[in-house]
Amino acid sequence: MTFDTNVIFNNLPEILNGAWVTILIWIVTTLAAAVLGFLVAVARRFGGVLLDRAFGVVIAVLRGTPFLIQIFLVYYGGPFVGLSLDPIPAGIVGLSIYGAAYFSEIFRSGFAAVPKGHIEAGLCVGLTQGQIIRRILLPEMTMLVLPPSVNMTIILMKETAVLSIITVPELTATLSAIGSQQYAFVEALFVLALFYWVLVEITGWLGHLAETKLTRFRFFNI
Amino acid sequence: MSIKLFELLLQASIYTVTISVVSILIGFAIAIVISAMLLSRQRLFVLPAQIFISFFRGAPLLVQLLLIYNLLPVIGINVPSIVAAVVGLSLCTAAYQAENLRGGFASVPAGLVESAEMVGMTPIQIFRRIRAPIALRLTFQALVNEAILILKASSLVSVVGIVELTRMAQDLAGSTFLPLEIFASAGLIYLVINWIVALAGGLIERSLPGVPR
Repeated sequence: MTFDTNVIFNNLPEILNGAWVTILIWIVTTLAAAVLGFLVAVARRFGGVLLDRAFGVVIAVLRGTPFLIQIFLVYYGGPFVGLSLDPIPAGIVGLSIYGAAYFSEIFRSGFAAVPKGHIEAGLCVGLTQGQIIRRILLPEMTMLVLPPSVNMTIILMKETAVLSIITVPELTATLSAIGSQQYAFVEALFVLALFYWVLVEITGWLGHLAETKLTRFRFFNI
Repeated sequence: MSIKLFELLLQASIYTVTISVVSILIGFAIAIVISAMLLSRQRLFVLPAQIFISFFRGAPLLVQLLLIYNLLPVIGINVPSIVAAVVGLSLCTAAYQAENLRGGFASVPAGLVESAEMVGMTPIQIFRRIRAPIALRLTFQALVNEAILILKASSLVSVVGIVELTRMAQDLAGSTFLPLEIFASAGLIYLVINWIVALAGGLIERSLPGVPR
């Protein structure tokens, strides 16, 4: 077994481009999934029983089926219902919806953990629904939702690798192609695994840092 | 979509279930070793276990599968792709299960172990009668969750050429031009399997001996 570093250096522009696509997709989908998940959680809490049930079913389906099947449905099934997307937009749409299902559950449990009395107190002093969300729910649940959100961010980072299967030109696709064209699997896959590993460890570490900095607000004795 | 196509998907789902069950069991066996290494006081054991967990939780499963599938032949081990797939899934789930087990063993109340020592139980007896049952009870729900995750993750072994549910759906979608119906049906089958696993897990959990709180 040999390790030829030239394979990596000769293809460096391509590899960097793939890494850039991976990181870009990851950041866009994480933000979209978090915002979408938050809106779904708000809709479920304030939108009545019917909306809550409907979203509940959708979320159960999204969490109970593999992401690969979902992305195939969007990418190959989409054109049959008039939704023809290129690989990258299809990947972003599919991954965002998948992530939103998990994020909405994170926010839902966050909402549920805020003591009812605090919201009633807010209503008593005449705060509007929007003010209650902004001033009471959000600050109080930050501590609770931050650790699972960091986890979810890491899961989405790793799921971007799956997008290589629908030919999104991200790092996994780029390095797999280099590996098979030049028969340099060892080098290509080593770089690939190392990239994700380091990025996930850095994200986990940053998340931990954010937890300790942002969650000074503690109303539980934890 | 015809009944025939659905039957083909159902047949392929047997592979999905088999691969998942085998991987969970092998993964559990590896996880016992890894968690024992983590809980030992020897740095020589702890560090490799920590690196193992960090790597297999830090790299995407797809990348791990590609690594194992492509690298085993390079280092001179020729195995069928089904073995590579099971090895990949097992190692990945072992890392997650080891963390769960470590948490479970760490949460066994110290007082129970001390009382067992007081009544003169040997370390092996304490492990068999006190530590292991309580840790299993505490980690059982996590184990059921892990089983569901692996059932879903097993869709990825389609990339190394194993005709399980996802690969069958892909092949059928390509040959029949009914991607919407076929992928939706495949999703439904996954949903039902996971639902059964969750239900069975709940039933078994209720029959396990209780944990003092």
